[in-house]
Amino acid sequence: MPRTASKTTRKRSKPYTVTSSDTDHVPSASSKTKKSSKENDEKYKLFNKYANTSSGVIDPEGIEKLCSKLKVSHTDIKILMLAWKMKSERQGYFTKAEWRRALKALKVDTTKKLKKALPELEKEVRKPLNFADFYAYAFRYCLTDERQNCIDIETICQLLDMVLGSTFRDQVDHFVDYLKIQNDYKVSTMDQWMGFYRFCNEISFPDMTNYSLELAWPLILDNFFEWMREKQA
Amino acid sequence: MYRATIIDFEQGCKCLEAGVSELKRILEEETSETRIDPKQYLELYTTIYNMCIQKHPHDHSQRLYNKYHDIVEHYAKKTVLPCVQQKHDEYLLRELSRRWDHYKVFVKWLSHFFNYLERFFIPQRNYPSLLEVAMKSFRNRVYLEVQVNAKDVVIALIDKEREGAQIDMELLKNVLDIFVQSGMGTIERYKEDFEMFLLEETESYYARKASRWIQECSCPEYMIKSEESLKKEKERVTHYLHSSTESKLVEIVQDILLVSVAKHLLEKEHSGCSALLRDDKTDDLSRMYRLYHPIPKGLEPVADAFRIYVAREGNALIKQAQDAAANGSLVEAQVLVGKIIDLHEKYMVYVMDCFKNHTLFHKALKEAFEVFCNKKVAGSSSAELVANFCDSLFKKSGNDKLSDEAMEATIDNVVKLLDYISDKDIFSEFYRKKLARRLLFDHHKVNKEHETSMITKLKRQQGGQYTSKMEGMVTDMQLAKEFQKGFKGSLTAKPGGIDLAVTVLNTGFWPSYKTSTDLNLPREMVECVEAFKSYYGTKTNQRKLRWLYSHGTCHVIGSFDPKPIELVLSTYQAVVLCLFNNTERLTYQEIIEQLNLSHEDLVRVLLSLSCAKYRILNKEPASKSISTTDVFEFNSKFTSTMRRIKVSIPPPPIDERKKVVEDVDQDRRYAIDACIVRIMKSRKVLPHQQLVSQCVEQLSRMFKPDIKMIKKRIEDLITRDYLKRDAKNHHIFNYVA
Repeated sequence: MPRTASKTTRKRSKPYTVTSSDTDHVPSASSKTKKSSKENDEKYKLFNKYANTSSGVIDPEGIEKLCSKLKVSHTDIKILMLAWKMKSERQGYFTKAEWRRALKALKVDTTKKLKKALPELEKEVRKPLNFADFYAYAFRYCLTDERQNCIDIETICQLLDMVLGSTFRDQVDHFVDYLKIQNDYKVSTMDQWMGFYRFCNEISFPDMTNYSLELAWPLILDNFFEWMREKQA
Repeated sequence: MYRATIIDFEQGCKCLEAGVSELKRILEEETSETRIDPKQYLELYTTIYNMCIQKHPHDHSQRLYNKYHDIVEHYAKKTVLPCVQQKHDEYLLRELSRRWDHYKVFVKWLSHFFNYLERFFIPQRNYPSLLEVAMKSFRNRVYLEVQVNAKDVVIALIDKEREGAQIDMELLKNVLDIFVQSGMGTIERYKEDFEMFLLEETESYYARKASRWIQECSCPEYMIKSEESLKKEKERVTHYLHSSTESKLVEIVQDILLVSVAKHLLEKEHSGCSALLRDDKTDDLSRMYRLYHPIPKGLEPVADAFRIYVAREGNALIKQAQDAAANGSLVEAQVLVGKIIDLHEKYMVYVMDCFKNHTLFHKALKEAFEVFCNKKVAGSSSAELVANFCDSLFKKSGNDKLSDEAMEATIDNVVKLLDYISDKDIFSEFYRKKLARRLLFDHHKVNKEHETSMITKLKRQQGGQYTSKMEGMVTDMQLAKEFQKGFKGSLTAKPGGIDLAVTVLNTGFWPSYKTSTDLNLPREMVECVEAFKSYYGTKTNQRKLRWLYSHGTCHVIGSFDPKPIELVLSTYQAVVLCLFNNTERLTYQEIIEQLNLSHEDLVRVLLSLSCAKYRILNKEPASKSISTTDVFEFNSKFTSTMRRIKVSIPPPPIDERKKVVEDVDQDRRYAIDACIVRIMKSRKVLPHQQLVSQCVEQLSRMFKPDIKMIKKRIEDLITRDYLKRDAKNHHIFNYVA
């Protein structure tokens, strides 16, 4: 069979591409296993620094310690973002596996490095695709009971401030004001929580000219809208 | 006659011309009958005939055809036209008409002469017929010259006639026929040379009239004038206009007299639609309907005025009742509802008679009633008021009692009224509660036929589900009676020495009542309860009985010193009295401890027995209210002229209304949930607005759902994982299977 004369200069894709080497954490083929276990050791060492020895997890006390080391307040959103990164399931507690997951993803193994990595983490989380996920996570994280599916209004107010305060200050302030004075709802559901996020993203504020009561906005937002309108009149 | 000679054309023409002159002369004489001498006629005909059948080159058909044409042309141009042109005005018309008649006769005879041409020559050559040729000549030579003047005269005459003068209708008919004929197969000449101008003139005529009449006349007067005008115009058409003009004339008159002034006319202050309704002017209203019915969309403003008026009347009734309530006088449900029913009947008559049962007016009536039938009076919704009305209706007795027909008619009216009320579920709840009370407490007064009739009619209008509980209740009473027979039959002796009758109610059908099983019954009654329980156990399978002592009645014989009297009491009252079988005196505390009644209930009972109409018990101190330190004693001296007395006890003051509203609200929540799930299950994906509107539509048979409530239920269903928002568009919902 005659071969095609034309030889296209096609780059053969290399099976292994060397990305920009970060630090000495790129495992070389030979010492892969050894190095990873060594890394994990580092992470576990760090873990044990903060963990409660009897329960085997980092409890709220440990988190406080961590926070002071990281020089962030424990109500700082960055801690929540860290929890998100490690997919932590229980508020106030980090398990070993969760800890390892986060540190591995952030590629850090010391507290100092972790502190440095936090701003990067925040940037990553604030990317629109991630932020929606993070926002939903924030709600679930606050659920204390497995069977529970709503959060009391006061906690919601705090959470909103923490999570959306920097990006949607105006909306959050007004909405929190409203939540404090209204009586229809004593708790908030995930649907309402997500609804507010969509509200911030889609509705111009404070004029809210593109809001419509005819659409499927959660009722609490309809009431908020009417309350705002009354105030503006 | 046999001719061997060939007829020369000029020769033949000479003969013809003689005949034609003769014909013209006869016409001028205007004897009643135009007759040609038959001999002459035959000669002419034959001459022409021969000239046609002669062999070539003596076949003169073509030249004869041309000759014919020349003759008619000449006659039209030289005879007819000059005569007509000399005249003016009506004389012009007369002359024209006369000449037209002459011309027709002339052409008729001439055609007879030339008839042979029609047989072969004309069809062969496909030429216009002789009549066509003649008509064309008339049109070209006469009609086209005089039509404008003629038209002007005709229209002037019509104007005069409109003002009331008599005119010669035959003349006009004849003249207009010329216009028609001149169209030569089409109606064009009549339309363009006459009709168009007539319509213009008609328009301006009626415009003038309309503006004057609308100022000077009342609505009925104006309508009469309009009706007259229409009638006259239609007559005009039959008398002398072409039939095709009718619809156009009518349209113009309607448009100018009725459509353009409709608003002004109907809203005339003292004589417009509302005044006519107020003063019951059925003739005028019928006229209004007749006039506006043929006009497309003409009835809409009338129906609107009707609706507004009826709504106003209804609102006035409601306001009256509201004011009365605010001033303190009781809202007498019967009165208001009765008045509304009367209002409905009154205006239904209008719809059927004056407005000939037209759907537009049925709709107007319905919409009007829906406006005020859903207003609240003193906190009671209309649904509640109507339910109260029904309650009183069925409780009527003695002289107040309605005849069967009157009752049926009222029931019909009530059911119709219900159609206008949007909160039908509230009505059904109130009705059910009151029905229960009637069945349980007044069962000897209950007229089963009437009650069932109402339920059947409701069922027919609202569907079986609406009335299923009510039907169940009535059936329960029936079954209870039969069961009671069985129970009686099974007894060998009276339990506790008491004649016991038990009514078993199916919990699902009846309103929920608080049971009072904690009540300590006297021994005899306990025996009764046990006896029935065991009998019931044999007849049914594992059913639990809850005893409602609060709803029972007892007949107790009081052995008073003067004479024994039978007392008709509630079970509670009887139970209290029975305590005094063992002791003469009892304190309040002792009574309440022994019986285990609630304080509120006991107070009511004791009031009825010691402070009310009949003093069965003596109370110390003898105040008008019950206190916990009172002491009671059997009043052995009690007596009455009657042998049996009913000691009534006022019912507990439950806020029935509040409870009904709460129950209905709860039911509505379930109904909305079910509706949403049902819709989503079948549609799978649906935008929010559509879901809401479908929900409202499906539920409208029972109530008008609050949009906010629907939204809330949707959110609840999302939380319970029945629905979820679409990932891409949050205003669309997906069904979660």
